[in-house]
Amino acid sequence: MAALTRFEARAATREPTWFKWTLIGVSLTFFAVFLLLPLITVFHEALKKGVDTYLAALVEPDAVAAIRLTLTAAAIALPLNLVFGVAAAWAIAKFDFRGKHVLITLIDLPFSVSPVVAGLIYVLVFGAQGWFGPWLMDHDVKVIFAVPGIVLATTFVTFPFIARELIPLMQAQGREEEEAAVVLGARGWQTFWFVTLPNIKWGLLYGVILCNARAMGEFGAVSVVSGHIRGETNTMPLHVEILYNEYQSAAAFAVASLLALLALVTLVIKTWIEHRSAADNAPPQESAPQGPAS
Amino acid sequence: MSRRSHVLPGFKLTLGYTLIYLSLIVLIPLSAVVVRSAELSPAEFWQVVTAPRVLASYRVSFGLSLAAAAINTVFGLMLAWSLVRYSFPGKKLVDALVDLPFALPTAVAGISLTALYAKNGWIGQWLEGELGIKVAFGPLGILVALTFIGLPFVVRTVQPILEDIETELEEAAASLGAQRWQTVWHVVLPILLPAVLTGFALAFARAVGEYGSVIFIAGNIPMVSEITPLMIITKLEQYEYPAATAIALTMLAASFVLLLAINGLQAWTERVTGRDR
Repeated sequence: MAALTRFEARAATREPTWFKWTLIGVSLTFFAVFLLLPLITVFHEALKKGVDTYLAALVEPDAVAAIRLTLTAAAIALPLNLVFGVAAAWAIAKFDFRGKHVLITLIDLPFSVSPVVAGLIYVLVFGAQGWFGPWLMDHDVKVIFAVPGIVLATTFVTFPFIARELIPLMQAQGREEEEAAVVLGARGWQTFWFVTLPNIKWGLLYGVILCNARAMGEFGAVSVVSGHIRGETNTMPLHVEILYNEYQSAAAFAVASLLALLALVTLVIKTWIEHRSAADNAPPQESAPQGPAS
Repeated sequence: MSRRSHVLPGFKLTLGYTLIYLSLIVLIPLSAVVVRSAELSPAEFWQVVTAPRVLASYRVSFGLSLAAAAINTVFGLMLAWSLVRYSFPGKKLVDALVDLPFALPTAVAGISLTALYAKNGWIGQWLEGELGIKVAFGPLGILVALTFIGLPFVVRTVQPILEDIETELEEAAASLGAQRWQTVWHVVLPILLPAVLTGFALAFARAVGEYGSVIFIAGNIPMVSEITPLMIITKLEQYEYPAATAIALTMLAASFVLLLAINGLQAWTERVTGRDR
């Protein structure tokens, strides 16, 4: 039995025992039905037809191509949004300028846009009927229904993750340490590398793993720009959809189980970061709930 | 302040890069929705966004999103209360898993919930077989999916506020003769209210735009269980780009209003609790 919370230890902030256990019972039932069961179902369905079927679904060429494309898209979107996040947080936290609040709101914008709309906007810009469509066609460059479109859509939906983790963190830390370093003769990048980075490392890592999970799992936006060409423009979530629609349920859940594992690993690392940063006595930016369309 | 900060380098570089990258990835592509919608005349635009099937999709999307956010508000508050105020076995695991809907790809959630609530699924065989309640492939299925993806929002907005409340406040109320329920109702809940509403709005906004987890379980029956994002996809598949864009613009307008409301609610939370973001 875990130790009592500080609220349970005092008579004035304690509810009757029957009330406590009813509340815990109801909320845990809700938790189990809506969260735990779906999670267990993924692995149960994946292994329903045996381990051989499970493994076969994962090494099948189209699945391997989908895994490779998912990793590629994340490997491009992640560094892009990482550099952006650090730059935006530096400008916003270390300097005063007009329109800062508008800028922060605009950075959050992709969270409140439906994933389907996120895909659509790139079709409108780069699609055959889009702004650059004719030019791209003349030069034989494919963006929509090809890998670049998938990368763009992934970048859009994961755009705010790292920035919104770093901005409040760096704002809270102030500017004194960096100013001291510069006054003592450090160059700009030295200041960042030796002073700022150690201070923000947990927040940065936190943003990166959440960004990565979303990048690898995005469905709606990528589905609009992908064209669903097997072995070429299918990411893992899209491959899951195709298998599922072809009634290859076990195979669909096998690929899905990889994504579920990724989600679990993400949560483990996230919890670990929260522990470490609490131990470092720099309170983590408590999982500021992600905005809407995440 | 502003004079001191001139000591630090990199302002022009970082702000310039931020603005260019923001424009290229987000602002210019988003502006395409507004510009391309203008290809329709106002009458055509109106006809597209108020077609009966599209209107039905608004009712499904907004109605069920509201319902899911309401469910998550009630149970999210209870879950947050349990996690902060009580100790029970497995609490840390529950706390960590609450974020699962943020980390689990929506397509995975979609097929898993469908398997669970279909006629032969663990929950479905009981609900549909014994009670005759059809969940998967209908509006109730959409409600289940939207509840799943919105689950963490209220818990995670309320939890830190609940943790920070000074016990002295409640002790003062108790020593002044308040019953426990009176203290909770008149002292604790008013402090939580802005955070609860913020969580509600975030869950609602997320649900309105959701696509991946819903399409598998919805059944996608015209006029009954089609969500608005699916209408955009349908128009795209028929190469009706202007129509898809018009519906997208309506959705963008709705999410913009929601974004403003959420910003207002977050500012209110900060005022009530004195917390910095």
